[in-house]
Amino acid sequence: MGLLHTWFPYILAGIAVGGQYALIAIGYTMVYGILRLINFAHGDVFMWSGLIMVYLVTVLPLWLSVILVILFAILLGTTIERVAYRPLRTAPRMSIMISAIGVSYLLQNFALYITGGLTKTYPAISWLQKTVTIGSATTKMVTLITPVLTLVLVFLLVMLIKHTKIGMAMRAVSRDFETSSLMGIDINRVITVTFVIGCGLAAVGSILYFSNYTGINPMSGAMPGLKAFVAAVFGGIGSVPGAVLGAFVIGICENLIKGAGWTTFSDAFTFVLLIVILMVKPTGLFGEKNLDKV
Amino acid sequence: MNKNTKVALSTICIILFMAFVYFGDMWIRPGSSMKMLITVIEKGSIYALVAVSMNLLNGFTGLFSLGQAGFMLIGAYTYAIFTIPAASHDSVYQYFNGGVIKWSIVEILEGKLGIVGHYLGMFIPILLAGLVVALIGFLIGIPVLRLKSDYLAIATLGFAEIIRAFFQWNTLGPVTNGSNVLRKYTTYKNAIFPVLVAGISIAILLLLINSTYGRAFRAIRDDEIAAEAMGVNLFRHKEMSFVISSFFAGISGALLAMFQTTISATPFTTVMTYEILLIVVIGGIGSVTGSILGAFLFTAASEWWLRGLDSGRWLGISSDLMRPGFRKVVFAILIMLIVLFYSRGIMGDKEFSWEGFIAWWKRLPETIRTWPKRRKAARAAKKDARDAKSAARAREKQGKQESADKKLSGEALFTPLPMADHVIVFDKEGK
Repeated sequence: MGLLHTWFPYILAGIAVGGQYALIAIGYTMVYGILRLINFAHGDVFMWSGLIMVYLVTVLPLWLSVILVILFAILLGTTIERVAYRPLRTAPRMSIMISAIGVSYLLQNFALYITGGLTKTYPAISWLQKTVTIGSATTKMVTLITPVLTLVLVFLLVMLIKHTKIGMAMRAVSRDFETSSLMGIDINRVITVTFVIGCGLAAVGSILYFSNYTGINPMSGAMPGLKAFVAAVFGGIGSVPGAVLGAFVIGICENLIKGAGWTTFSDAFTFVLLIVILMVKPTGLFGEKNLDKV
Repeated sequence: MNKNTKVALSTICIILFMAFVYFGDMWIRPGSSMKMLITVIEKGSIYALVAVSMNLLNGFTGLFSLGQAGFMLIGAYTYAIFTIPAASHDSVYQYFNGGVIKWSIVEILEGKLGIVGHYLGMFIPILLAGLVVALIGFLIGIPVLRLKSDYLAIATLGFAEIIRAFFQWNTLGPVTNGSNVLRKYTTYKNAIFPVLVAGISIAILLLLINSTYGRAFRAIRDDEIAAEAMGVNLFRHKEMSFVISSFFAGISGALLAMFQTTISATPFTTVMTYEILLIVVIGGIGSVTGSILGAFLFTAASEWWLRGLDSGRWLGISSDLMRPGFRKVVFAILIMLIVLFYSRGIMGDKEFSWEGFIAWWKRLPETIRTWPKRRKAARAAKKDARDAKSAARAREKQGKQESADKKLSGEALFTPLPMADHVIVFDKEGK
């Protein structure tokens, strides 16, 4: 019991961070599932929705800012898709990836310009910041809200993918891009909806994440973004439940490593995990096997 | 133009360039714009080397690797660690009791061989930097090179991050100085040094690319399966390309350490890798001369031409928008425009040749004269395409309207084929 007593706070923090990573990872996994593109800019959309919140709260009431932040993230994501990815739909895969890297570079530099490189303090949402005590751990409300909210949103998303017409279209497009367009599915619409969902969830994730770590600077999207991508790969890219599971695993392990006093390597662990999973099971936990055809 | 003239022309150009850099760095006083040019050449040549080494992977072997910043970091540290003078160890490693390595290769060789030893003592750590990185590249390559395109990109990116964390680890402090900067190590005195080292390295890379190995690399890039069928050992060649690229990334890291005079692990982030990749893209993926041009343009634009954008006045325009950081925004937008509308880069996958240059020079007046005409034609073509599209949309709309009308009026949408046709077809099938 004593062991659990010491580790419990770290596990709790891990679950919370895992839930926040999960919300970002869904965007990666869905976009990759459909476009076969690592959306390098996704982490920066996440960071930007955090930044916008900082600026909006100063002039608007909180509830309105939350809604506007989510709308902003959706708008930003779909604009990126429209401007930077759609013109390259038929180009080689490397070009789209380079374009994604370019967008990420632009978003980071623009944030650097706006903030002047300073770390901004994320506005305190009072009921998320409220401290609660469970057993041996004293923590913020957000730690408890995150996993619940994440699971609810993921459940809704899975229902959407399984039981609606647009969900069916998404599954068809991710299975076979060309055939589904021949079958009369409007590919561009499906892709836009994917970006809307992914970026909306990333915005929700940013609210939870930055309520936890209140400092926000232009680079604070990069690391969570990469970790969320690793989570998506871990769970099998293209699979939403896989990404969520991967995110929780990464979040918990990372916090346990921090608890063991190896903070320097908590980031590195993610990539060790990535390399191990790619060696052992390249398709991830729930991914489908993909064969190269000549 | 025969071969001798071309060789002579190239030699003259190179000698003139080297002389300009050497004497320029010696004579021009600091602060003038000519001095800025020398600095740009200095830094640009370092970036050119790392860009060419990345191009060897991304452009010639088709391996989308994003680990270049991590490799540069190891190179920079290896160089710095072995060249800090013994007397400075206590002040540099002040939190780690003067570190574990209490000597400097430069000083040892200088004591034995004098001035020759001094330069030898600089070349050996540079070479050592390359070799250490090559070894690490070899080890990383074994697992990573079994992965394909995007997975490879993410795995190499991950390794670069691990390397960065490793070098900032406090336990390794006596060697790497933890998260503190390394400084006071030996650097070069004239800008000719990095230009020369980078030039020789790039020449070696060019020889490699034009050898049978280079052709094997390109075969792998174009079609892995076909290359394997032709007898190219995929893994061995990928590993070779990866190790060689790492080696030269390490050397450029060492040069960067010398250029900056202090080094820490913090700036070697993914952003740095992105910048190197964007240099390769600007120059043209699969062109060595393109990467070199791209590196110089990139450095000149970010360090020199767009500087004014940060300080409020640029080309005589002043605006409140121009605060620190604006330069990078403009720069990123320019890069996005290149990526989207000019994705072949400056050189595409072609190399510089004197014939090509002379032909381009002769064509230049013609190109400039006909530019408005071609522009007009392009605009007209675009307008035609737009008109055709809107006409098609109108037709489609009309068709939909008509069929809706027909539906309303109860008219059949399809007229059935005459019976006779069916019968004939059926007969044919029967036979």
